[in-house]
Amino acid sequence: MLLRTKLFGETHEFADVKEVLAKANEEKSGDQQAGIAARSAAERVAARLVLAEIPLGVIRQNPAVPYDEDEVTRVIDDAVNETVFGEITGWTVGDFREWLLADTTTGDMIRRVSTALTGEMVAGVTKLMSNLDLIHAAGKIRVSAHCQNTIGLPGTLASRNQPNHPTDSVDGIRATIYEGLAYGSGDRVIGINPSDDSVGSVSRLLEMTYDVIQRWQIPTQNCLLAHVTTQMEAMRRGAPVGLVFQSLAGSQKAMEAFGVSVAMMDEAYAMAQKYCWTAGPNYMYFETGQGTALSADAHYGADQLVMEARIYGMAKRWKPFQVNTVVGFIGPEYLYDSVQITRAGLEDHFMGKLTGISMGCDACYTNHAKATQNDIENLAVLLSAAGCNYFMGVPMGDDAMLSYQCTSYHDAPSLRQTLGLRPLPEFEGWMEDLGLIKDGRLTARAGDASFFLQR
Amino acid sequence: MSTTNSPDLEAVVRAVLRELGVAGTEASGGPAGPGGAATAGAPSSGDLVIDLPDPTLPEARRALGVVDPVDPEGLRNLCATTTARLGVGRAGPRPRTASLLLFQADHGVTQDAIYGEVPEDVKARFDLFTVRTRAADRAEYLLRPDLGRLLSDEARATVAERCVHGPDVQICVGDGLSAAAIENNLADIYPVIVQGLRSAGLSIGTPFFIENCRVGVMNDVNRVVDAKLVLLLIGERPGLGIADAMSAYMGFHPEPGKTDAERDLICMITTHGGTNPLEAGAFVVDLVRKTLQHGASGVRLRELTATTS
Repeated sequence: MLLRTKLFGETHEFADVKEVLAKANEEKSGDQQAGIAARSAAERVAARLVLAEIPLGVIRQNPAVPYDEDEVTRVIDDAVNETVFGEITGWTVGDFREWLLADTTTGDMIRRVSTALTGEMVAGVTKLMSNLDLIHAAGKIRVSAHCQNTIGLPGTLASRNQPNHPTDSVDGIRATIYEGLAYGSGDRVIGINPSDDSVGSVSRLLEMTYDVIQRWQIPTQNCLLAHVTTQMEAMRRGAPVGLVFQSLAGSQKAMEAFGVSVAMMDEAYAMAQKYCWTAGPNYMYFETGQGTALSADAHYGADQLVMEARIYGMAKRWKPFQVNTVVGFIGPEYLYDSVQITRAGLEDHFMGKLTGISMGCDACYTNHAKATQNDIENLAVLLSAAGCNYFMGVPMGDDAMLSYQCTSYHDAPSLRQTLGLRPLPEFEGWMEDLGLIKDGRLTARAGDASFFLQR
Repeated sequence: MSTTNSPDLEAVVRAVLRELGVAGTEASGGPAGPGGAATAGAPSSGDLVIDLPDPTLPEARRALGVVDPVDPEGLRNLCATTTARLGVGRAGPRPRTASLLLFQADHGVTQDAIYGEVPEDVKARFDLFTVRTRAADRAEYLLRPDLGRLLSDEARATVAERCVHGPDVQICVGDGLSAAAIENNLADIYPVIVQGLRSAGLSIGTPFFIENCRVGVMNDVNRVVDAKLVLLLIGERPGLGIADAMSAYMGFHPEPGKTDAERDLICMITTHGGTNPLEAGAFVVDLVRKTLQHGASGVRLRELTATTS
C-alpha cells in the first residue's frame, strides 16, 4: 500500500490507513497526548488529501483493532449489510462526503447506507467535513426511537432531567426533578447519576422516580446511571427500571476498563426486554465520549474520533432509545478548549446519526478546561440546528454531584422557543394539560417547582 | 468602573437587591436597610453609590427567584433539600440576572483557585514526605495524565528507601485537581482512617504525599511498596462553588494494567454539601476491611458481596 501526496512541493507519506486517519483528524489534545496527531497543519491537510482518495472497502479492511483480537470490531463488522456494502465499497471517502451533502441524497437514503458502515468509515468521512458540513448533513438524518414516548421526531428537542445530588438524598433529588419538570425538562428521561452505586440505594431512587412518574402520569422513563451490573441486580430484585444505562468504549480492552463486555451487554439488553416497566421497544441508554479508549490505554494507536465512532457502531446492536456523547466531561488532556469541545460535539452527533442511532449531546465542560458556559450554549444552538435529539437539563447548568457544568433547565425551553422546536409530543401534551406550556411557550405557571407539591 | 447611570447597570443592581430582599431598592436614593447594605442612586442624581452585599453568602444563595410561587413555604423547603440551584426563577425562558451573575462568580473563583498547592504544614501534621510524578509542572500535568500516573525516578528511589515494604495498607495522599480538597479535609479524614485500620489490627505502611498526582499512580506506587491494598486520598476536579471535594480510591493489590473497574471509590468528600470527611473515613475503613476479607476490589468485590449477602 502506498499512501502519499505532494503538498506545496513537499512529499507527505503515511505508513498505513490508521496513520492517515489519525493525522487527518482535527486538532485534539488527546491525539497529541497519544503521539499520533499530525505534526503540522500542512501534514494534517496532506493526510486529508490522501484520505479523500481511499475507497470505503479498504477502510473496512483496516479496522483500528484487528477482527480476531477485538469483539468490538467483530460486532460492527458482522453487522454490515453486505448487499448495501457491495454498492459502496468502491466509493472513496471524498465521494462519500459529497454524496452525503448532495441535495439529491435524502435522510432515508443515508439511513440505508448506514447499514453498511463501520466506525472507521464513519470517522473517516467526518474528518473531511467542516463544522457546517457536519451540521447540514446531520440535519438530514432523523433517527427516532420509542420507549414510553417518542424521541427524535422532526421539530422536537428533548431534555434529560438530571437531578443529581451529592449524597443521593431522595428528597433532594425529588425536589430537583420538580424544578426540571416545571421548565419542561424530563421528556427524554429522568436520569440520575448516583453517588452510591449500591443496589439498595439505586433501587430506592428507582422507586422514587417511578412514583413521581406514576403520581403525575408523566409520559417519560426513569433511569439510574449506575454500573450495568448494579441495575441488573436491581431488576432481579424487582426495582422499576425504565431504561438500562451503561457507558461504552471503542475497544474490547477499553470496555474491560469499564467492567463490561459485549456478552454482559447482551445479557443486560435481554433483561431490559424482560423486566423494564416501560413499553419499549427501545430500552437502552448509552453514554460515550472521545478519549475514553486512550484514558484506558486501549486505543491501539488509533485517534479518538475513530475510537468514538466504533462505540456507535457497537451500540446499534442493542437498539438504544438514546445515546449521548458527554463531550466536554473528560477534560483538557483530550479536548483542550472550547474550539475542540465544539468540534467534537458536532462530530459525535453527526457520527451517531450517520451510524443510525438516536443521538443527543451532553454539551458540557469541566473547570480545568478552557471553556465557559457561553461556549456550551453556542454548541447547543449549533447542535439544535443540526437536529440533535436532546440535551441535559441541570439546575443552572451546575451539576451538584458530578462537578462539571452542562446545559441548564432553562436551555431546552430557550432553544425550543428561539428555534421553533417542541418538547416530545406526548410530553408536550402532558405539559399543556397541566397548563405549563401553551403554543410551545412556557406559561406564567412554569419554572415553579412548588407546582408539583399539589399532588 | 464608571459612575454614570447606565440603565443596564441599574437593572442589574435592582435585580440583585430584589433577590436579596433588601428594602429601598427602587432607586429611592435613601439608605438601604439594616447594615446599610446597598444604595442605588436615583437616575437624576450625580452621586451614584453602589455598595453591594456579598451574593455568595448562604442566605443570599437561598433567596428565591420565582415570582409568585404556588407554595412559597413549600418551595423554600424544596430548595433546602439540596445544594443544587433550585427556585431560581426565569426571565422568559432564560435565567434571572442575579442567578446568572452568581453562576459566573462561582465559575470565576474556581478558575482562580485551580492552580493551588497543598501547604507544607498540612502534610507535616501527618508526617507526609513529598514525592512527584513524572509531570514536570501543572500545565504538563493537565495535558499529560499518563505522566501523572508514574512516579519520577527520584520518587521511586525515595519511596523504596523510606517506606515499609509489604504492609496491609499503604496510604497515599495526592493533590489531584484540587489542593483545597486536601487542605480542607485531610485533618478530619486521616485520623479516622488510621485509628480504624489500627483497631482492625491492620498494618499501615509509611504514608507520603504525591504532587501532580493521578489515580493510576496507585499501580506504580505498589510496584515499590507491595502492599495488600493501596488507599489514595486525592483532590477531585473542582465543581462550581465546591472546589474542595476529595475522593478516596482503594485497590486490592494494584499493579500496572489495573483499572478503575478493579478499584473502589468514595467520592465527594467535603463539608460543603458532600459526604462529611469524618463519616467518609469510617466508610473507607469498612471498605478496606471488606476488600482484605474477600481479597478483591471493584467489580469483583461487588460480585462477591452480592452473592454472599
